[in-house]
Amino acid sequence: MNAIDWLVLLGTILGIVAYGTWRTRHTDNLSTYLKGNSTTKWGTIGLSVMATQASTITYLSLPGVASENGIAFIQNYFGLPLALIVVCAVFLPIYRKLGVYTAYEYLGQRFDQKTRLLGAGLFVLQRGLQAGITIYAPAIILATVLGWRLDVTIVCTGLLAIIYTVTGGSAAVNLTQKWQMAVIFGGMVTAFVVLLTKLPADALHIAGAMGKLNAVDFTPDPKLRYTVWTGIVGGFFLSLSYFGTDQSQVQRYIGGARLREGRLGLMFNAVLKIPMQFFIVILGALLFVFYQLQPGTPVLFNQTVWQQQINGPQGATFRAIEEKHAALHADKETKIRAWVAAHESGDAPAEVAARAALTAAQKASLAVRNEARDTLQAADPAAKKTKDSDYVFISFILTQLPHGVIGLLLAVMFSSALSSKAGELNALGTTSTIDLWRHFRPLAAHDEVRNVRVAKWLTALWGFFAIGFALFVSSAENLIEALNIVASIFYPALLGVFVVAFFLKHVKGSAVFWAAIAAQIVVLAIFFFGKAYPAREIGYLWLNPIGCAACVLFSLGLQTVMPREVKPLSVSEP
Amino acid sequence: MTPAKKPEPEPADEAPDVPGFRTWRGVYGFVFAVFVAVVVALTVFTRAFA
Repeated sequence: MNAIDWLVLLGTILGIVAYGTWRTRHTDNLSTYLKGNSTTKWGTIGLSVMATQASTITYLSLPGVASENGIAFIQNYFGLPLALIVVCAVFLPIYRKLGVYTAYEYLGQRFDQKTRLLGAGLFVLQRGLQAGITIYAPAIILATVLGWRLDVTIVCTGLLAIIYTVTGGSAAVNLTQKWQMAVIFGGMVTAFVVLLTKLPADALHIAGAMGKLNAVDFTPDPKLRYTVWTGIVGGFFLSLSYFGTDQSQVQRYIGGARLREGRLGLMFNAVLKIPMQFFIVILGALLFVFYQLQPGTPVLFNQTVWQQQINGPQGATFRAIEEKHAALHADKETKIRAWVAAHESGDAPAEVAARAALTAAQKASLAVRNEARDTLQAADPAAKKTKDSDYVFISFILTQLPHGVIGLLLAVMFSSALSSKAGELNALGTTSTIDLWRHFRPLAAHDEVRNVRVAKWLTALWGFFAIGFALFVSSAENLIEALNIVASIFYPALLGVFVVAFFLKHVKGSAVFWAAIAAQIVVLAIFFFGKAYPAREIGYLWLNPIGCAACVLFSLGLQTVMPREVKPLSVSEP
Repeated sequence: MTPAKKPEPEPADEAPDVPGFRTWRGVYGFVFAVFVAVVVALTVFTRAFA
């Protein structure tokens, strides 16, 4: 990085933060602070929804995942458009009609306070911990590659998000996310165009021949993680949980001038999400081709850590692996060019033979990469905290892009970290204020100024908690994986509660409360059974429909055996 | 317990106000059609290159 890169990076990031803070500094109306300006249009809502969902991992790690495993991950998003249609048609009109600030407030009106607290509690538990991961995950990669201090990177990123989220609340988050998305789109398209200029004309065919372009897989095997079926069924329930019941998303679209604005904002995402993700995974597949044809491609992309070992006491072992990889890489490049020649000649038998030789060369090269990874992790256990694929795109950015564009791409990474983090903090502050603090201070609900002040304090507290947690995570290497699992297994029961709330009018609070707990136990049992017997483990996306269905069925069953409840207040129900 | 400020009642099925669409059902139909087209396009893409 040179002075131009620093100028672009700091100018972009600080400029957007300062602009958002300044424009929303007088936000003292509770509705504006929690829901955003009542004049917000669908374009802003749509970008805000997109920015909250896509964290730095999307832009930093996904190209690397596609580079290593191909583009099948795109199927994960197949259920998303269908889920957004349901959210638009069912969830959003009800939230708007009741004028709620949070999704869990609706549960209180529809069922009872204990169900509301269950929903809000599950949300703050998951999101509070994940807010720390949102900072930590990109920080460890960027700090490693750029030689920055990890703790300083975490604290600076966290403080920037806290400043404008606390100052302007939802209004500031919406405003800044719009500009951050503009930076993200601009940076990613620029990187894509630069990459295209460095590739041969038949790059897509090479990627396909090397097994990186299998976008869809119709195999009906529940053990496979990414197929059309897991994507449509499991992805539908996962997206319905996330967009319909997770306050970090609900908060983005319940504001706005009219119901129409929220709906169009969600439809904007329904149409654009899969193409946008396709663009990112294709970028990754093309990065793979670029590095296949690039002399001197490193055996592992986390070169900072690798070079430390090269210069360490086990340097001879690491240099030997490097030399072996260099020879195999050169051989693979020759095989690629032979396959291209056979493909262009139209000689089918020659092409089949060339592809077989290429597959064998790729297998040999991959074996050395695995050996390098295992050797590195044995020598430096800290290397287990990240995957090597996380370093593929950032390596390309730092070594292949011109100065200025490097700064822009780093601004993309920090913009995405800030935008998703701000959305999370905003939702945590809101839920803590509306569903938890107000529950214990019911008389304070009428004091709007006090509510805004409490929301600001709680937002800041969650921000500092997230920073503290991110700093702690660095000493607990398996925590990230554990938390991701926890988040993915807690959504289904919560979605089940909302499905019962919307569609099964005769089911009351106690039945759904205990049904949710029972469904949660079922999901946990299936999950741990799969871990104990890996041969019988199912793809994790299937937990979503199973957990949701269990909650609905248990609710129906319990409602038939439980005594009828007398509702203390008459609330207009959808 | 939480007397949120109720917004003015708004019709649940107000017109989408999008050129070419008179109802939300039409908008949802269009989005679904785009989704199907995208999956078909990805299938063709896979067959062409993989």
